Amino acid sequence: MKMMKVMMLIVMMMMVSEGSIIEPTCKETPDFSLCVSLLNSDPRGSSADTSGLALILIDKIKGLATKTLNEINGLYKKRPELKRALDECSRRYKTILNADVPEAIEAISKGVPKFGEDGVIDAGVEASVCQGGFNGRSPLTSLTKSMQKISNVTRAIVRMLL
Amino acid sequence: MASTEALLPVTSLQDPLSESRSDQIPETRRRRPIKVHLAVYSGLLLIALYVTLIVTHDGSKAEIATESRPRMAGVSEKSNDGVWISSDDRKVEAFPWNNTILSWQRTAFHFQPEKNWMNDPNGPLFYKGWYHFFYQYNPNAAVWGDIVWGHAVSKDLIHWLYLPIAMVPDQWYDANGVWTGSATFLDDGSIVMLYTGSTDEFVQVQNLAYPEDPSDPLLLKWVKFSGNPVLVPPPGIGAKDFRDPTTAWKTSSGKWRITIGSKINRTGISLIYDTTDFKTYEKHDTLLHQVPNTGMWECVDFYPVSKTQVNGLDTSVNGPDVKHVIKASMDDTRIDHYAIGTYDDSNATWVPDNPSIDVGISTGLRYDYGKYYASKTFYDQNKGRRILWGWIGESDSEAADVQKGWSSVQGIPRTVVLDTRTHKNLVQWPVEEIKSLRLSSKKFDMTIGPGTVVPVDVGSATQLDIEAEFEIKTDDLKLFFDDDSVEADNKFSCETNGGSTARGALGPFGFSVLADENLSEQTPVYFYVTKGKHSKLNTVFCTDTSRSTLANDVVKPIYGSFVPVLKGEKLTMRILVDHSIVEGFAQGGRSCITSRVYPTKAIYGATKLFLFNNAIDATVTTSFTVWQMNNAFIHPYSSDDLGVPSST
Repeated sequence: MKMMKVMMLIVMMMMVSEGSIIEPTCKETPDFSLCVSLLNSDPRGSSADTSGLALILIDKIKGLATKTLNEINGLYKKRPELKRALDECSRRYKTILNADVPEAIEAISKGVPKFGEDGVIDAGVEASVCQGGFNGRSPLTSLTKSMQKISNVTRAIVRMLL
Repeated sequence: MASTEALLPVTSLQDPLSESRSDQIPETRRRRPIKVHLAVYSGLLLIALYVTLIVTHDGSKAEIATESRPRMAGVSEKSNDGVWISSDDRKVEAFPWNNTILSWQRTAFHFQPEKNWMNDPNGPLFYKGWYHFFYQYNPNAAVWGDIVWGHAVSKDLIHWLYLPIAMVPDQWYDANGVWTGSATFLDDGSIVMLYTGSTDEFVQVQNLAYPEDPSDPLLLKWVKFSGNPVLVPPPGIGAKDFRDPTTAWKTSSGKWRITIGSKINRTGISLIYDTTDFKTYEKHDTLLHQVPNTGMWECVDFYPVSKTQVNGLDTSVNGPDVKHVIKASMDDTRIDHYAIGTYDDSNATWVPDNPSIDVGISTGLRYDYGKYYASKTFYDQNKGRRILWGWIGESDSEAADVQKGWSSVQGIPRTVVLDTRTHKNLVQWPVEEIKSLRLSSKKFDMTIGPGTVVPVDVGSATQLDIEAEFEIKTDDLKLFFDDDSVEADNKFSCETNGGSTARGALGPFGFSVLADENLSEQTPVYFYVTKGKHSKLNTVFCTDTSRSTLANDVVKPIYGSFVPVLKGEKLTMRILVDHSIVEGFAQGGRSCITSRVYPTKAIYGATKLFLFNNAIDATVTTSFTVWQMNNAFIHPYSSDDLGVPSST
């Protein structure tokens, strides 16, 4: 009987993900496993339509930008010699938070996804520009790489809305 | 057990599968231990479940396109493929933009608001002595959002005066955006405006508005019809695929007719509606036109052009001497395409002259082969012209836009006529009024041999109007052109042939604008001539922005297209240089290229102009004039501008 209960639990978990378009959507993006793990980590993912999935990923971009800005702020004390590059990164990541993300959310919610694509692509660009300011010795490499990857995946999904 | 009931719906789905297996298994396993029995059973159940999930997933693929489409090809400029960065490993260095460099980028004689974001041109018209221009505007930021209708007026399409915002999202039916629309003049000369509203529930609807005071030549205030929306998305059309209504035209039965772009799956379409009062409409069952695999059609435009005269035609004109143009902005690729064809008023359909270059086909005709979108024409009854407006976005990062505080300009308005020599394409040309900005000029006649670059001394080189004609010679033999087609007969393109540095027998040659003394930054605008089939000459017209700036956080494409050069024609080129925008016109406007460039060194007094000939075999003779262009001093209106006594 215990085995039965475990089985039922598994069955129910699988029923919850029935109807989810996460996997077929993510197959059309440059990074399937990243896409799936990001979308599955949000409770709205399994019942979202394509727009909804895009909005979830833009939320992830927002969260990652916030996290990166906090990291940048912490680095000023630890690595004062990097001030110039950190200033540039701070500016770039603030653009992601204050310009790219709101633009993308508004555009996708309102059904003019091309402006959402602009915002999402720009998030990747801003991360690359920040990274480029360190001349190879960046303390932010893993964070900026994540932003580039998420930007690429999100952009692929936004293009499905065009 | 309750839990068994919960299981039942699942097992019933897989009855064919699990029944047969569970029937078989217990028989063959009667002699096996119970634990193994349960393990195998649960494993098979899970497999069955997984299969079910896969089956149901296939069914829910409806939202995802299964047809192939140009996802990454010809995509918007700010693409991650090859234009920005194509891999996560590539780094883009920040350029240390400062306010001096950024403020130079603002244009002197192209329309742009004082600050913030602008996109589509809206409702252009001429009324009581003023040209009116409305535009999509974000009053709050230098990126798209919170869209309202900006407004400006001008006597000459060049010297603009900013007016207060014309329409804001203050109704439920446009609460989420007052979007693009067009004006129509009724028979009594009054104006109606149709525009798209994004409702409080994000549905795209069409709304009617009209001037509050028709006796006000400035048309400052607008009234929205109390019965709005006048059109909602029809059955079969997505709630977010219904926008940008056109100017209306009169049908032979006396009704007004409009068209609105949309899509069904991946087919771009244009819906047709008839109306007598702009308040109630009859939708046709048929479409004005449709083209598969072109995606959503935005900013559709539909208008007649004369087959014989080089003047514009009112949108309602029809007849045997007229062709009709359909234009659409392709959401997928950010390209404005048009095609020429025949309109049948009785059944409200249109057929292209050449279906292989139908509206939206990637190899089809474009107004502009550079950065140019959401364009819209209007009939200028003042001077009998059809005038084209086009939105020119930025090619830099949004961080730079935020820092400099603005984003986007409009192209210089252009007249549009049918090319009465080829009959297969349109011809565009900057409005005559721009000549009023011409200050001093210098005329040059030069012959330049292969592999030469020559500085052209004109003093300041950031605001220029250049008109040039070229002839090429090889082995002392002057080359003659004789094109009768609109398409190249070889696959040469500006982009795939190394831009302006690639040297061929007969090209490239032209001007390098916005260059610094050392040519470390430069924007070549040039012709490249090649020999096609039967030694026929093919000409492409290009703008190469790949070396326009040392900065790498901007997009630097190479733009261009084939341009027909007919018998007896010389190669001619016109270039408008205005800080961060360059507009190039070949063969009197048969091919146009608009580019955005962001030099870091070739700015202010350091900007230079060069003439070059990178051909290997050809000597180029050119005769050209360069004018210094004045600022248009676009500013907010004041009573001084209106000729109204300031005491009233």
